[in-house]
Amino acid sequence: MSTHYPALIIVVPLLTAVIVAAVGWINKKYCFPLSVASLAASLLSSIGLLFEVMKTNGEVVYRFAGWEAPMGIVYNIDYLNSLVLIVVTAVALINLIFSKGSIENDFPDKEGVFYALYILFTTGLVGMVATGDAFNLYVLLEIASLTGYALLGIGNERSPLSTLNYLFIGTIGATFYLLGVGYIYIATGTLNMAEIALIIPKLPNVGIIKFAFVICMVGLFVKMALFPMHGWLPNAYSNAPSSSIGLIAPLTTKVTVYIMVRAGITIFTPEFTFEKMHLDKWIVWLSVIGIVMGSCFALAQKNYKKMLTYIVVAEVGYMVGGFWLGNKLGITGSILHIVNDAAMTLCVFMAAGIFSYKIGDHISDFKGLFKKMPFTMTAFAVGGLSIIGVPPTCGFFSKWYLVSGGIEAVKATGSIGALAFIVALLFSSLVNAVLFFRIFEVAHFEPFSEGHGHEGHSAVEINEAPLGMLIPFFIVAFSLIFLGIFSGDIVSNIINQFIPVLPAGI
Amino acid sequence: MDMALILAKANYWGYVILLLIGLYALISKNNLVKKIIGMVIFQTAVILFYITIAVKKGGNIPITPHGKGYVVEAANFMNPLPHVLMLTAIVVGVATLGVALALAIKVYKQYGTLEEDEINAMIREQ
Repeated sequence: MSTHYPALIIVVPLLTAVIVAAVGWINKKYCFPLSVASLAASLLSSIGLLFEVMKTNGEVVYRFAGWEAPMGIVYNIDYLNSLVLIVVTAVALINLIFSKGSIENDFPDKEGVFYALYILFTTGLVGMVATGDAFNLYVLLEIASLTGYALLGIGNERSPLSTLNYLFIGTIGATFYLLGVGYIYIATGTLNMAEIALIIPKLPNVGIIKFAFVICMVGLFVKMALFPMHGWLPNAYSNAPSSSIGLIAPLTTKVTVYIMVRAGITIFTPEFTFEKMHLDKWIVWLSVIGIVMGSCFALAQKNYKKMLTYIVVAEVGYMVGGFWLGNKLGITGSILHIVNDAAMTLCVFMAAGIFSYKIGDHISDFKGLFKKMPFTMTAFAVGGLSIIGVPPTCGFFSKWYLVSGGIEAVKATGSIGALAFIVALLFSSLVNAVLFFRIFEVAHFEPFSEGHGHEGHSAVEINEAPLGMLIPFFIVAFSLIFLGIFSGDIVSNIINQFIPVLPAGI
Repeated sequence: MDMALILAKANYWGYVILLLIGLYALISKNNLVKKIIGMVIFQTAVILFYITIAVKKGGNIPITPHGKGYVVEAANFMNPLPHVLMLTAIVVGVATLGVALALAIKVYKQYGTLEEDEINAMIREQ
């Protein structure tokens, strides 16, 4: 059983998606438990896999149908994969339980199909994280993208157009990645990531690999909405239904950042990525601009969901910049931020789900919310503080690693880009503080607007979100503090085991 | 650059030109269906690129005849792997086209037009 964990993580949800779509026609009652069961099986397999990786102290290799590496497709699971796998499956499972009510509300006759799409999307993401084959990654990327378009396109009346624009941009990104893989294949003759990494240092002429590298990275940057290519994200995300946005917003960008880390370290090898390419400084600058612009745009929004989407754009800048600092602390911060930001984004988008379920999306509607929904607002406050980066929550720790990585890069090379990165991080934390304290202020101090003008003396009725939403929401809010307290253990036991010895002098 | 070098790499020139035509249509056309056509051209360019790198001079289709004593020499056959990869990529392309057209139909039902500037004007009026 345990030897088949890497396959089970993908195969169970893949088959369940088909079954759920069929069951949806017969009896809708069984769709939800089936979906939860499949994602729970996936989550348990990923946790088992992490222990397996720790036991074998390195890597679990799964050969599909027993074919060896260059011929068949191989799934290589190491510390980084297994960590991100747990994050993806856990976020998908919690958001599914959280969204049960709103899915039944929003899509009364299409529940089966929605659950099938939801599980297929998760399958695509999980496969992207687990695979050790560059072309297999493209196929799973497109599975996740296509189901993602469908999940985003069923939102409000503007969603089809914004999703169509996302589809155009997303297809450009994925096709660029495919083109890059083609050039890697021309140069190395293999598609297996581990083999490519072995062949690249031996190649006499690296020009073609440089070209492939640039094209792959441009494709991934488009997909992850790094600053100049971010235009599709805010509209597509803010028009989507809250049940699917809780899945897509925390995971899509983070999994793409994971692929960037995987490509930079495992496929192209760190020597090539950081020493031969001479792109790192430019990309750090790009992420600096991304962080600053994302924060500024977020400040200009009056709609809560739209504000969050610009925060997502800024957070992508954090992770990309941290990775391209090219030192151990920066890469640690970047990987830790993949985990923490998935949890943080899930938390604030869950709050968005509850708000739009109960009141609305505009920040001016939030008056008196602390009295009306005390529990929801408490958990939301934890999420907001984590995005700002206040110490007991996890957001502080990944920012700490990112800033220390920046300081080390400044010390080592004196690069101005790294200095700008530190300044941008601090600036963005400041802006996030303004953003969330503005909401806290409206929700705490301003009385209700409608009806009675008696200065809030009338007893406020508590009108909480249903328990089925509150419990998953609290689990996520606690996990933010939990991840923060145990971030040292995560870094020393998992992330540091993954990061290879980096070439000196960068 | 001399003519011989351009001709020797004709397949690359071909795919790059197709790629740029597709990208141009995708970015600058106003009509959503024209954009979708541009997207398909863009994807097809990459598919053709993969197919052309599999070709060998004098290469045959990669099917070996039955019979004893037949020695397989890779140099006599075209590389089948890019073809297999592109079968998958074609399926992906068709699925993307399907989703794009479905979304375009939804947009048309909503606004009664597929011209992007007209739709944007309608959104601004709301």
